[in-house]
Amino acid sequence: MNPGTDKKLIEDLLHPLLHTSAKFYLAVAFFGSIVLVGFATWAYQVVNGIGVAGINSPVFWGFYLVNFVFWIGISHAGTLISAILRLCNATWRQPVTRCAEAITAFALMIGGMFPLIHLGRVWLFFWLIPYPSERALWPNFRSPLVWDFFAISTYLLASLLFLALPMIPDFALIRDKTTGLRSKIYGMLSMGWQGTPKQWHRLENAMHIMAIAILPIAISVHTVVSFDFSMAVVPGWHSTIFGPYFVTGAIFSGIAALIIAMAIIRRLLHLEEYLKPLHFQNLGKLMGTMSLLWMYFVFNERLTVWYGNESHEQGVFGAVQRGEYSPFFWTMVVLNFVIPIVILGIRRLRTITGTVVASIGIVIGMWLERFLIVVPSLSYKQLPYSWGTYTPEWPELTIMASTFAAIALLFILFAKFIPVISIWEVRVGTHPEMKAAETVAEGEAAGELV
Amino acid sequence: MKAIYALYVRPDSAQRAVNALRSSGFKESDIAIVSSEPLEEYEFGQRDRETWMPVIAVFGGAIGLTTAYLLTSLTQMSWPLNTGGMPIVSLYANMVPLFELTMLGAVLATVATLVVTARLGRRGIEIYDKEVSDGKILIGIRNPPDEAIGDLEQAFGKAGVGVVKKIP
Repeated sequence: MNPGTDKKLIEDLLHPLLHTSAKFYLAVAFFGSIVLVGFATWAYQVVNGIGVAGINSPVFWGFYLVNFVFWIGISHAGTLISAILRLCNATWRQPVTRCAEAITAFALMIGGMFPLIHLGRVWLFFWLIPYPSERALWPNFRSPLVWDFFAISTYLLASLLFLALPMIPDFALIRDKTTGLRSKIYGMLSMGWQGTPKQWHRLENAMHIMAIAILPIAISVHTVVSFDFSMAVVPGWHSTIFGPYFVTGAIFSGIAALIIAMAIIRRLLHLEEYLKPLHFQNLGKLMGTMSLLWMYFVFNERLTVWYGNESHEQGVFGAVQRGEYSPFFWTMVVLNFVIPIVILGIRRLRTITGTVVASIGIVIGMWLERFLIVVPSLSYKQLPYSWGTYTPEWPELTIMASTFAAIALLFILFAKFIPVISIWEVRVGTHPEMKAAETVAEGEAAGELV
Repeated sequence: MKAIYALYVRPDSAQRAVNALRSSGFKESDIAIVSSEPLEEYEFGQRDRETWMPVIAVFGGAIGLTTAYLLTSLTQMSWPLNTGGMPIVSLYANMVPLFELTMLGAVLATVATLVVTARLGRRGIEIYDKEVSDGKILIGIRNPPDEAIGDLEQAFGKAGVGVVKKIP
């Protein structure tokens, strides 16, 4: 790499780590206080019982489970996209992958909290962990809730490792560029990394193998989350396409979250030179494809139920298509399909602003989709005498708001201590043949297929 | 460790330096190469490429699968619970824990192999200079014979514009 360019690259990407503005403290204080309010509300719920939430009979699963599915879906942004791009050797991926992998880790941590928040007696959460109780009684491995434990914890651990391994060379760089305690801490994190050819080969081998392993893990996680629903004989849930339908929705919402996060850090950290319109355009194309796929699944799911005309299914179907939940359903269709297809399908609109607008709509639309999966089916089960309704209470709304603040806070802290763009991978992107491939990609983006 | 090394900005110069060292009779194991990015386009960046990591990952996956099978089946047999008419040891229902622990085994084996074979966690395994972080490529010789120092300085100088340094 040209020494001048290299110096600028290091200065640009290490600037947030080495300089702290008042805005950082203000943002941490703002989002941190919302997170604290969320924890306080959870403590209030633990002390007073789960009855303070709006969940009731028959709607035992409310906002907490909606948010669980939503955040696990968002977590599909990163690791999955990053792994696919790594395996395809997509030359434009370098500035995107770390941001994407960080979203996965944070969204999983937040999503994984919701089953605990949903527990009436959270102090007994360890009953899910496979260990023998004093009577040698183990958890029931045939339960989808135990499957959740295995799938989410495997995905979280693999995602954290997938995020952490490529950070090691960057930690070594920060070790060399700083002094004192900071240099010592990053020195420990870099684990003595020097950059011998052997170390580079082993790191790249490891990332390649992990990318191969993490793809089926990521797909299994959201399939297992879908099993929480589809294994139950409940109208609207007991469907064979729930697995791929959930995975598609997860990747769809994940890309949207990634685009929003990239746009925010691009603006706040002044990374315009690294996160280029090309990245937003390419992710926008991927998101447009997922929008079509999502609509295909929605259509399949609805047509089968409508055509079958089974009485117990029609209660839920009518409530969602024409009844009390229909405003949410049609808003979801507009946000997840109509608006994205218009914006992402027309080249002139597929700008950074355009993709961000479409992404905000998709995140809202996908949250509504999770709500429409969880709540109407429980409200309209087989027997009409047990039908009921659900209205969230303030603890559910407060905790939900605090999770959005939590992901913002985690991302701010992440960007403060770790370069949000992998420095060594950007350096690799400047190698002559990589540069040539990127020029081709930019050319395609400029005069591409619409 | 006693050493002499040169720092190059251009990979071409680093390649020439490595070639010069080889033709001067230094063994591959005596030549130190350190860079701030992988340089696989160059011959010197291809060194130490062979690895058993994929095989070890498969082996790790097999251990994960075996562990998961034993965990699910033995515990189900030790306290048989009828769940929805399924067999006590139900392979269909156990498939998820089996799959997840297989993949977890493969991932953990991969990371362990990386840590061990890349010698992470050990300090000073190679000649090092902080200027490597500025994008320079370090080419050096560990414990060079005193009588060869002059020739080495000349060889480093001929390879291209670079700074020659010594560790006493």
